[in-house]
Amino acid sequence: MVAVVFFYIFAIFLVISAVMVISARNPVYAVFFLILAFFNATGLFILLGAEFLAMLLLMVYVGAVMVLFLFVVMMIDIDLKEMSRGFLQYAPIGSLVGIIILAEIIMVVGGFTYDASLITTTAVPIPDVAEISNLEAFGLLLYGEYVFFIELAGIILLVALIGAIILTLKTTNKAHRQDISVQVARNTETAIEMVSVKSGQAFSKNDTIKMNKKG
Amino acid sequence: MPSEMVSQSDFLYILPELTLIVGGLITLLIAGFKGKKSVAMVANFAIALMTIAAIILFFLPQDVMRVFNGLVINDSYSIYMKILTLFGAAATLLMIKNFLESRKLDQPEFIVLVMFAVAGMMFMISANNLLTLYLGIEMQSLSLYILAAFNRSSTKATESGLKYFILGALSSGLLLYGMSFIYGFTGSASYDLIAEHLGNPDGSSSMGVIFGITLMSAGLMFKISAVPFHMWTPDVYEGAPTPVTAFFATAPKIAAMAMLVRILYSPFIDIAKDWQQIVVFVAIASMVLGGFAGIAQRNLKRLMAYSSIAHMGYALVGLSAISNVGGSIQSVILYMSIYLITTLGVFACILGMKRSGDSFEKISDLAGMWRNHPVIAVSLTIFMFSLTGMPPLAGFLAKWEVFSVAVNEGLWVMVVVGVLASVVSAYYYLRIVKVIYFDESKEKFDPMSIELKLVLGFATLFTIIFTIFPSSLRELAQHAAQSLN
Repeated sequence: MVAVVFFYIFAIFLVISAVMVISARNPVYAVFFLILAFFNATGLFILLGAEFLAMLLLMVYVGAVMVLFLFVVMMIDIDLKEMSRGFLQYAPIGSLVGIIILAEIIMVVGGFTYDASLITTTAVPIPDVAEISNLEAFGLLLYGEYVFFIELAGIILLVALIGAIILTLKTTNKAHRQDISVQVARNTETAIEMVSVKSGQAFSKNDTIKMNKKG
Repeated sequence: MPSEMVSQSDFLYILPELTLIVGGLITLLIAGFKGKKSVAMVANFAIALMTIAAIILFFLPQDVMRVFNGLVINDSYSIYMKILTLFGAAATLLMIKNFLESRKLDQPEFIVLVMFAVAGMMFMISANNLLTLYLGIEMQSLSLYILAAFNRSSTKATESGLKYFILGALSSGLLLYGMSFIYGFTGSASYDLIAEHLGNPDGSSSMGVIFGITLMSAGLMFKISAVPFHMWTPDVYEGAPTPVTAFFATAPKIAAMAMLVRILYSPFIDIAKDWQQIVVFVAIASMVLGGFAGIAQRNLKRLMAYSSIAHMGYALVGLSAISNVGGSIQSVILYMSIYLITTLGVFACILGMKRSGDSFEKISDLAGMWRNHPVIAVSLTIFMFSLTGMPPLAGFLAKWEVFSVAVNEGLWVMVVVGVLASVVSAYYYLRIVKVIYFDESKEKFDPMSIELKLVLGFATLFTIIFTIFPSSLRELAQHAAQSLN
């Protein structure tokens, strides 16, 4: 009973905050509503007994992705009037597509005949929490049966890394890099310049060059 | 729930992929130490590795073998398609390696990304699980997005990369959404278990599965650039640097078509009646749009984009003949092989269009080529006739195969539309021939590099000779098709 009450609380807040994400005028508010939506989704996951997924959602999405998002939104000057200019123009056709997809989904879910045998025949049924903890079950699957996927995902991340560097890194000569071998190789002769400045005259850079050439 | 462990012999079957991935990592190290100087050496290294991978594939056992707990499958079909993909990628690298510097693509990371993309394609081809398929697609696509935008100083290239990325991400979303429906309604992501569930007479080919396969095919059709998911192709082909376009038009198309054939014919063969109408619609739309939209094009690369859209449509004609599984897969394999080699030849010609170092890509730049470069002009003419589907060239036989399986299936409407569309497309292919032979001649092009001549010569010979000796490749295709039967 308590679980049902909490389910409806989380679900209603999730839907409301999701709607607010796309309807909020201030983009910073929209990001905060998205964070709220993630928190509510976390609650739903916990109700399902998937506490690891719940924590993952909090840490990865709220902890990392959304903070980054917030930074970007706050740093970029977004002109909302400019962005919503085409909104009315595309609204009819957009809502038509939306209504068609909604109707299709209702047809699918309406014709949903749940095959009772699916619970036992699913590839990986959710294990009993009393038997094995969520995290352990995940680990066994990911690093045992599905280790191949982990490796593939690793390569995909490497590709993303290479791409991010290739597309953004600029190698310019302007950067003042520290060259340790040059620094260590300095001695008194190369490091110190003796300049004799004539009295009554200012010191100019040309003098140094002349001095160096002489001695 | 005891999970099975991976055995050592499993790695034998992904040795070709591992060769490319490990080679890519080594290349990355070389790139870090030697920088731009190493790009020519690294390109040769990549070609050598692809050859080695193809040789390993050739000697792998041909019978159906599932490895990594059934996540990856190895059979004669995957071996054939992988060798074809590797051939396409290696030939493209051979052609483009001298053009990297002038197009500001001369960083060894370019080659690394090509290698990872090819590895991803190979995983796509031998996927036996929806997740393997998805990860393979992402590995390939991410590399391709970066390759499209590789030349940062060109606004057009950056735009095409961004366009490709955003639309590609959308299609991945559709694909995943479809996969989640399939998983929800059949209870598994494994091809074998999905097939088992759908093959059950009382097991539902329910609305959910159909919804899932519709969304999934939308995502997959995007990868082969079939109508109505073709919008990105002309812009990306035109905007990306020509060497990158040459790569896009060859190996990724083979791999994407190979995975589409496997997923439709392996887990979803029992609901073939349901997906057949999707394939028929997409095939007709692609052939018609590819035929008509090519007419207005002035840019050769853009023209090749519409040409590839149309050719994917023709390949799908073969795919839609569902009652003759072996024959229809064989015709698709044959079609893709011939498409690959002809496209390689055409891109060898496009890459060779240089005058004192500057590249040209307009159709009008070909004017009077016949007088200055008779051999290349004749080759290009042969490719254009082959793409049109003129007998006795290879392209005719390819079209003949796909249309004849469709006729046997009784899909008359599609075949008639296809033949009419190919008549329409003859206009733009033959216009190129007209420009080559009858227009006022322009300046000479720079002499072609030996690699370009090699690929061009091979493609020309293949296109001419294939009709005389079609049996050997046809037997190979038949052998490959049998393993999916």
